[in-house]
Formats: sequence, structure tokens, C-alpha cells
Amino acid sequence: MKLTAKLWIGIAVLIVLSPLGLLLPEHFKAGSAWGEWGAGQMQQLVGYIPKGLAKLSSLWQAPIPDYAFKGWEEKGLPALSFAYIISAAIGILIVVLLVLIIGKVLSRKGD
Amino acid sequence: MHIPDGYLGPATCGFFYVVMLPVWTAASRIVKKTLKARQVPMLAIGAAFSFVIMMFNLPIPGGSTGHAVGGVLVAILLGPWAACIAITVALVIQALLFGDGGITAIGANCFNMAFVLPFVGYYVYRAISYNALKDSNRRVAAAFIAGYIGINVAAFLAGVEFGIQPLLHHTSGGQALYCPYGLNAAVPAMSVEHLLLFGWVEALVTALVVKYLQKQSPELLREGEVS
Repeated sequence: MKLTAKLWIGIAVLIVLSPLGLLLPEHFKAGSAWGEWGAGQMQQLVGYIPKGLAKLSSLWQAPIPDYAFKGWEEKGLPALSFAYIISAAIGILIVVLLVLIIGKVLSRKGD
Repeated sequence: MHIPDGYLGPATCGFFYVVMLPVWTAASRIVKKTLKARQVPMLAIGAAFSFVIMMFNLPIPGGSTGHAVGGVLVAILLGPWAACIAITVALVIQALLFGDGGITAIGANCFNMAFVLPFVGYYVYRAISYNALKDSNRRVAAAFIAGYIGINVAAFLAGVEFGIQPLLHHTSGGQALYCPYGLNAAVPAMSVEHLLLFGWVEALVTALVVKYLQKQSPELLREGEVS
């Protein structure tokens, strides 16, 4: 098998295993990454929501926020894990297509 | 290390966009000269790898989470400029589609993870693996150390970017407008967790894949050495 084929299989395996990135923090009761708290959490941490943060934090509404489908927040870990895998697959599909396009434009032809 | 919207003030956000524009321009120019058409699939695999490895959040029990970036590996295999492009694409999609990292902070996040991280990692790797044979263990050790140092320098800088916010922007009453934690809190928080846990993950991932590729396709380990 060609090396690139093996590496693509490796990426596919990582996509399927990606919910570990959701389940392990949950299991060990770890919160968000440092400096990535929501506005509500910020209120608990420092007792107020910084004004600029309050304004900017809702600037962008991502279509699949935090790799979870909207409205699925209460659906439990199996559903969230499923959404995580689908998010990884969608994200990687788009990233790969973009890099292939950029690569085609930039790379030297013929060798 | 994905700084969200609202943590950095406009001055910092603007500054890093301005810093990154010439970096992205230089990256396109240099990659155009050096990237061979047959390396493009590897670049796509590198970007995909970086994207998915960043989803593997690891817990500090009872504390925060973090993850590897995979960017040092991409830099070792394809050179730091190509890595810069691959990781930028991954970070932009994470911000736009998944809200992972703010859109106002894309410049800063790319500076940390798509510029500093692969460049520092790449030159540490090159220095340690200088003149090493393709199958030598020194390359694996170099990859390990490069991964550890690359992500830790990036994490330190993220800590500085968070930490200068209370100095730059606060109300007359002393309340912060953006990130409320100063350098004395943000830098240790970002650095300690990466020095203790996430740095070792980046190191291990980088070294394991280099070890694997030494067996599978040793010539790949020379192709990244573009400059």
C-alpha cells in the first residue's frame, strides 16, 4: 500500500477516536481550556463579565459551535460523541479540499 | 490555546493580523518556489492531522484541558512555511465553522500555532538532527525535543497575549475590558500546563510519527529540509 493511503487511514482512525477528546475531560472532571471560558463562567471566575468580552464573545455564531450540533447540548455523551465525529469529518473534508486547491495553485508542476 | 473572541482587545487583534499578513504572503511565495506537486497530498494530510489532533482534548484532572497541535511534525516533513499554510487553514476552519478560536483572534492564534510553533520546532529539529542519518535515533530524539519546545514557546506567547490585556484595556474603576488575568496569572497558567502535560503529548506525537516514517519512507525526512 502506498504511504499516503496508510496515512489517510491513520487520519480516518483519528476521526473515529476523536470523541476521546470529549470523553476524557468529562471523565476527569476537567473544565474548558484556560482562557476559553464562556461569559457565564467568567462571571463565576472573576465576579463580573468584562464589557469588551461581553460584546465580542457573541460576535460570531459558528454553524457547529464546539463541534456539537445546535440543540443537541442536552442529548448526552453518545450523541455528542457522534456529533464530534461528524464535525471532525466535515472539518477535515473542508480543510483537505482547501489545502489541495492552495497546493495546486502554489506547487511546482512536473516534479 | 485557541484564544476566543473577546479575550484580546482590538489593538492586540489588529497587531497580530498585521504581523501575519506578510508572513502569509512570504509563506505563499516560498511554498510556490519549493513545494513539489507530488508533495501536495502530504500537505493536505498534514493539515488534516493538525486539525484532528487539536480535537483530542486532554484533561488535567479537576482542572483545564489542552491538546497537541501537530504543527512541529508538519514542519519537519514539509518545511516551516508549508506547515504555516497547512495549520492556518486548519485554524481558520476551526474558528469559522466550529467557533474554536475567535475570528478576531485568528491573527494571534495563527501567530502562535501556525508561525511560531512550526518555526521554533523546525529549527530545533534541524539543529539537533544536523548531519544525522535518515534512520538515526537522533532524529527521533530531535523530533521529541522540537515538539516539546515548539508548543511551549507558543503557549508562553499565548499567555503573554492574554496577560497584557488588563494593562492595555480597563475601565476607570479598574475592571478589565477583555481578558481579566494579568501576566502574573496567564503566563504561569499557560506555561505550566504545557510544560507538565500538553508539551509531552506534542513531543510524543512528533517523535512517534517520525519513527514510523523512518521505517516507511525515510526519504520523507529529507524533503522537509528546504532551507
